[in-house]
Amino acid sequence: MASVRFERRIGAPADRVWALVGDPARIVEWFPGVLEARVEGDRRTLRLATGVEMVERILANDSRTRHFAYRLETDLVRVHLGTIDVFELGPNDTLCVYATTAEPDTMALVIGGATDEALETIARVCVGAGE
Amino acid sequence: MGRKILFITTDQQRYDTLGVNGGVVASTPVVDALAREGVRYTRCQPTSVVCMPSRASMLTGQYPSTHGAWMNGVALRVDAPSVAAALHDRGYATALVGKAHFEPFLDPFGRFAENALSHLGVPTVEQPWFDGRLGVHRGFDSMELATHGVLGPLHYARWLRHAHPGAVEGFYPVLDADLNVNAAGGGDTGAPQVRYNDVPREWYHTEWVAERAIAWLEGLDPTQDWFCWMSFPDPHHPWDPPAEAARRVDWREVPLPENYPERRDERERLLDAKARHWRLWYDGRVVSNYEAPAHWVPATLTADQVREVNALNAVEVELIDEAIGRVLAVVAARGWAEQTDVLFTSDHGELQGDFGLLFKGPYHVDALMRLPLVWRPARSAGVAPAVVSAPVSLVSLAATFLEIAGGGRPAWAEGDALPVRDDAAPRDAATVTEWDSDLFGVDVHVRTIVTRAHLYTEYGRGALHDGTEGELYDLVDDPLQRVNRFADPSARATRAELGERLAEHAARPVERAAPGRLVAPV
Repeated sequence: MASVRFERRIGAPADRVWALVGDPARIVEWFPGVLEARVEGDRRTLRLATGVEMVERILANDSRTRHFAYRLETDLVRVHLGTIDVFELGPNDTLCVYATTAEPDTMALVIGGATDEALETIARVCVGAGE
Repeated sequence: MGRKILFITTDQQRYDTLGVNGGVVASTPVVDALAREGVRYTRCQPTSVVCMPSRASMLTGQYPSTHGAWMNGVALRVDAPSVAAALHDRGYATALVGKAHFEPFLDPFGRFAENALSHLGVPTVEQPWFDGRLGVHRGFDSMELATHGVLGPLHYARWLRHAHPGAVEGFYPVLDADLNVNAAGGGDTGAPQVRYNDVPREWYHTEWVAERAIAWLEGLDPTQDWFCWMSFPDPHHPWDPPAEAARRVDWREVPLPENYPERRDERERLLDAKARHWRLWYDGRVVSNYEAPAHWVPATLTADQVREVNALNAVEVELIDEAIGRVLAVVAARGWAEQTDVLFTSDHGELQGDFGLLFKGPYHVDALMRLPLVWRPARSAGVAPAVVSAPVSLVSLAATFLEIAGGGRPAWAEGDALPVRDDAAPRDAATVTEWDSDLFGVDVHVRTIVTRAHLYTEYGRGALHDGTEGELYDLVDDPLQRVNRFADPSARATRAELGERLAEHAARPVERAAPGRLVAPV
């Protein structure tokens, strides 16, 4: 099992960042390759650019602590845990932390690479929304 | 009407696998004939001995330290220069059929265009929409992609799964359950990555690549200038050609490579004379890169396994040669024979038993670095047949294609166009091959320069080297690179001169992309 962690400081209010990442249906706006997201209870189904449907289980979505956790339910991983935490550093200053734990180890690298790109998009969307 | 360009690449094919280069296992009459009619290069070097950086250099005309895709798993940036785009700008129709690999394969989300194209739709001969804009990706009007076996969401895999689902199981699973390169043995000898594949030959990716290239060519207007990169995934592992062809070369009859030391003590003596990571990998103490099975120990490789791998490799080389013949027949039938330049090469080599090793890694010797390169210029160009023995590099391909199309070397390309006569190459011609890797904390950094007389390698500081190690081989007296003269006092001046040239390469004044981020193992 391997873990990778990426973080990005975003020049936008924490509430705006959380409004984006804490809404499970809005993942299409920021995760690379996701074309469509259907949310039914704690189950999120993603339609990907590869044509594959990938199911996720939402484990936590806490707007008070701005913490989101989910698990990929796919044959690609034996274990997966993804967490996104949004921390307010100032009125227009937010730290967003995206962590991935996965087995096989290789998938931590692969998923982690995508989460790094996701953080870049989250920052762009949130900063752009304020302009 | 200008010259057309058929650019043929294979994956992981050694120089000595072609008959015209002295190969004795595979029969390659088609490429051999191209070599006799055109220019045969006897010392072509890659910029990297793994796929992605090397292929990115072919496309961009830049070294990995310039284009930024420094290792497998690092995507070439989308706005990188592309010779396909430059040719498109000159009015060429452009296609890439087969293995691209400018972007990582392990990409379940489809974040990279190569992995999304087959699902999202691309212009193909069945679905043309080309309207004069740049092509769908990196300047190619059409991309139909394949890789080894039935991996991922690429066009070939999608087609085979849909059209012939029962054939999928016949392929060797390239990756194991941990997504590492599979170490499971197969075939008659238990060699890793070997299987006799039940897939009918006409469904195998070599045939598919040729057929899709033919389909694209047949869809073109006869007056259209075109650039077709036909990129075969073989003879890269797995060695799992269609069973109906696989036995055409009897592995029991295959001679052992000249550079395979049969005695273990001799192998180990040779490895111990090189930089320390050679022996560490051989003994199974270190895996420095993803391109070899993580759970396989090279010291367990047997002579019969080397024979079987090389037999199946030869079969795959022969199937490619025959497929090229079919495509050339179509080129001729369409009336393009006189105006078509054909270039054949590979992205890097394969150890195939040399020094008792298999696969590839940071091992800069001829097995991985000496490539087949044949250029059969369009007959209309009036180029005389020649053999060029000066070192040349795949970094020169982009400038060569643009010269064929009637243009000069663009500012972004680092390599000059290939010479077509030996005396047209500088007397001090040299090539540089780079390696930088970082696999779960094991980083390795290698730079090698090859001249007409020497192969010289420096290892940068990393997890396995302290920055003082190196290798120096005399290519004239020691063509198998068995005697490391790096510490030989009598070679001090040579070492100093070559070290200076490597330093000049490192300091060359070019605009470099920021090194890309490693986001997948391959």
